[in-house]
Amino acid sequence: MKFFIYLSNYFSNRETIQEIFLIPVIATLLAIFLGLLLLIVSGSSTQIALTALVALFTGSFGSLSAISETFTAATPLIFAALGIAVGFRAGLFNIGAEGQIILGGMAAVVIGFSFQLPFAIHLIIILLSGALFGAFYALIAGWLKATTGAHEVITTIMLNLIAYRLLDFFLRMPAIQKEGRNDPISKSIFETAELPRILYLLDPNLRVHMGFLIAIVAVFFVYWLIFHTTIGYEFRAVGKSLEASKYGGINPAITIVLAMSIAGLLAGLAGACQIAGVLGRATPGFSAGIGFDAIAVALLGRAHPIGVLFAGILFGALIAGGRAMQVSANVSLDLITVIQALIIIFIAAPILIRKLFPWILK
Amino acid sequence: MNTLNKNEIENTKSKRSKIFGISLIFFGFVIYLFFGLGIEGQATFRLSRPTDPFALPNLILPAHSFIGLSALLIAFFGGRIIMKAPKNFTIFVALSFFLAIAAFLVWATAGKSFSLTGMLQATVVRAVPIALAAMAGIMCERVAVINIGIEGMLLAGAFAGALFGSIFGNLIGLVLAILVGGGFGFILAALVVTFRVDQIIAGVAINIFVLGITSFLTSHLLKSNPELNDAPIFKSIDIPFFSEIPVLGSVFFKHNIFVYFSIFIVIVSTYYLFKTAYGLRARAVGEHPKAAETLGISVIRTRFNHVIIGGMIAGFGGAWFTLGSVGRFDEGMTGGRGFIGLAAMIFGRWHPIGALFAALVFGFADSLQQKLAILRTPIPSEFLAMAPYLVTIIVVAGIVGNAKPPQAIGKAYVKEN
Repeated sequence: MKFFIYLSNYFSNRETIQEIFLIPVIATLLAIFLGLLLLIVSGSSTQIALTALVALFTGSFGSLSAISETFTAATPLIFAALGIAVGFRAGLFNIGAEGQIILGGMAAVVIGFSFQLPFAIHLIIILLSGALFGAFYALIAGWLKATTGAHEVITTIMLNLIAYRLLDFFLRMPAIQKEGRNDPISKSIFETAELPRILYLLDPNLRVHMGFLIAIVAVFFVYWLIFHTTIGYEFRAVGKSLEASKYGGINPAITIVLAMSIAGLLAGLAGACQIAGVLGRATPGFSAGIGFDAIAVALLGRAHPIGVLFAGILFGALIAGGRAMQVSANVSLDLITVIQALIIIFIAAPILIRKLFPWILK
Repeated sequence: MNTLNKNEIENTKSKRSKIFGISLIFFGFVIYLFFGLGIEGQATFRLSRPTDPFALPNLILPAHSFIGLSALLIAFFGGRIIMKAPKNFTIFVALSFFLAIAAFLVWATAGKSFSLTGMLQATVVRAVPIALAAMAGIMCERVAVINIGIEGMLLAGAFAGALFGSIFGNLIGLVLAILVGGGFGFILAALVVTFRVDQIIAGVAINIFVLGITSFLTSHLLKSNPELNDAPIFKSIDIPFFSEIPVLGSVFFKHNIFVYFSIFIVIVSTYYLFKTAYGLRARAVGEHPKAAETLGISVIRTRFNHVIIGGMIAGFGGAWFTLGSVGRFDEGMTGGRGFIGLAAMIFGRWHPIGALFAALVFGFADSLQQKLAILRTPIPSEFLAMAPYLVTIIVVAGIVGNAKPPQAIGKAYVKEN
């Protein structure tokens, strides 16, 4: 109840409606428009651009299976973006979600195919191991930042690049590579480790899985963590002013390491969910840039868990719609990356949007 | 961190020297254990090709005794640091690293032969994009603009170089690559200076944007028109007389224009930043913009100019990937060199010459992984490929600790009326 009162207070302020609602919507529409313009400039006909636009919408929200695809794509994004949001709150810019997803996914694959365990237990262990490995990988960057002051942007990017190489190595290890295959691909996880599909009874082909529900739980958990616990207060204090937080009796080093670990834990969960819910095995590109998309999601959601939830669904829709676009209009999925980058720019520069649309936003 | 009193500083210093000393002794021990035990034969390092005008004999080292000696020396340095607790022991740490790498190379080469000159030449070549990225970083950060977007600018330069080079020839391709880099510099400047976007967010957005748009255009334009992705590369130019000096000639004077221009840019930017009035003004803007503005320097214009120049340098560095080496563009081909360049900038303490040497260190790590693949060491190639990234982390974490960026870094400047 308290939450709804808070929410209604939040929305009653006209400026915040602009901030959290109008600007993201305008930014998204503007970015999609510019993306289609790019399509036309690069030589596609207007006809194709229009087909692409229609596919973008029908492929994301046009049918039950489209919505299922949207939520499936949104699941890892929400997890990873929640992690990045926690980092933002503590003043950390964690670009390493991609590497943390890879580590989490690798751990999940190993647990998934090496043990035969009863259904629920196996599932819990696979998710936990993914979360732990993601947390461990992020902890390296947090620890370096806390002890030596090494900027987390550079260390996490390097850790991403190292994670790609680790994955290449990992997928060629005899114990992991699928028998009888020459290409780098891991063995498949057992069925007991798979996240069940939510809408299985309706149609077995609807891919949206339990991970989406867990992601929603995670949203509320992170909300509680950031705004209603001492740890969350310390994160925010360190993020606002490191010096001031020291005088408040907070140990910034511990806070930074903890914030990074929680960020990595959530990103690792994203990786484990991808393995256990969608892919069932690891391939060289299984992380699919989710870690980078998640940065945009966290920014779009203004580092607020509820915002991240909606932004994650929006980006899931962009990805699902982008895939439909690829099929029906033969447009490369990279166009979605361009659109995402434009969204980040417009969101990060509210002054720019205000200048472009003075009649909507004063 | 900066509120420690003198006593505490002294304490941490002697503690630091103890930690470093003990780790060096341990390090020497580990090196002997891993590389020295059970190794036999000789490592042959080729210094020149038989066709060279002044051919040098091969450098032949007995593997076991060389590695043993290096390990012993490293341990000795460690002991010395503990006993004497000298104020500045960076030199010992650096020497130990050098010995460790030498020991590693001897171990990898034992019983085989390896072209040392070839690797050093590759080091210089591979240092080029990193050094140029670092120069671009210095140009921006000296006026207090963090440029995380250098990676994207490199990629944009590489793409523009391949595309325009294929159409108009390599010279015009290079010019256009520089202009495209400058264009992204302008976009970054507009975002962070005019619209006061968070500098790191703006840089990350540029990276994602360039990665997306180049990949998109590659699959939509270049895949169907392969003739647009086949640029003529710049041939290497031997500098007369100098290129005939044994070893040094091949390492420094047999390169294409990218290497020579990088050195030129380093010299010019050093002179510009530290010997001219404009450079002084730029540094003032980076240290204390308000004071600079009071003295009549336009903070906004200075920041715009330098970020655009930084973008142009990055565009030039990007063209190296296509016009300077392979002539064709591949998605994401810059492979994190822009970020490594930023690490080189920090390692070089925001000074062009320091950054150049740092870039050579990274270039060495980069060429090491490439050349060691030929020697067929038992180390998997994936781990060798991690070398430059690991070195970057070690550098950013270990050596940089107390390096100070320009004072006003990362802060948007709001002009008061």
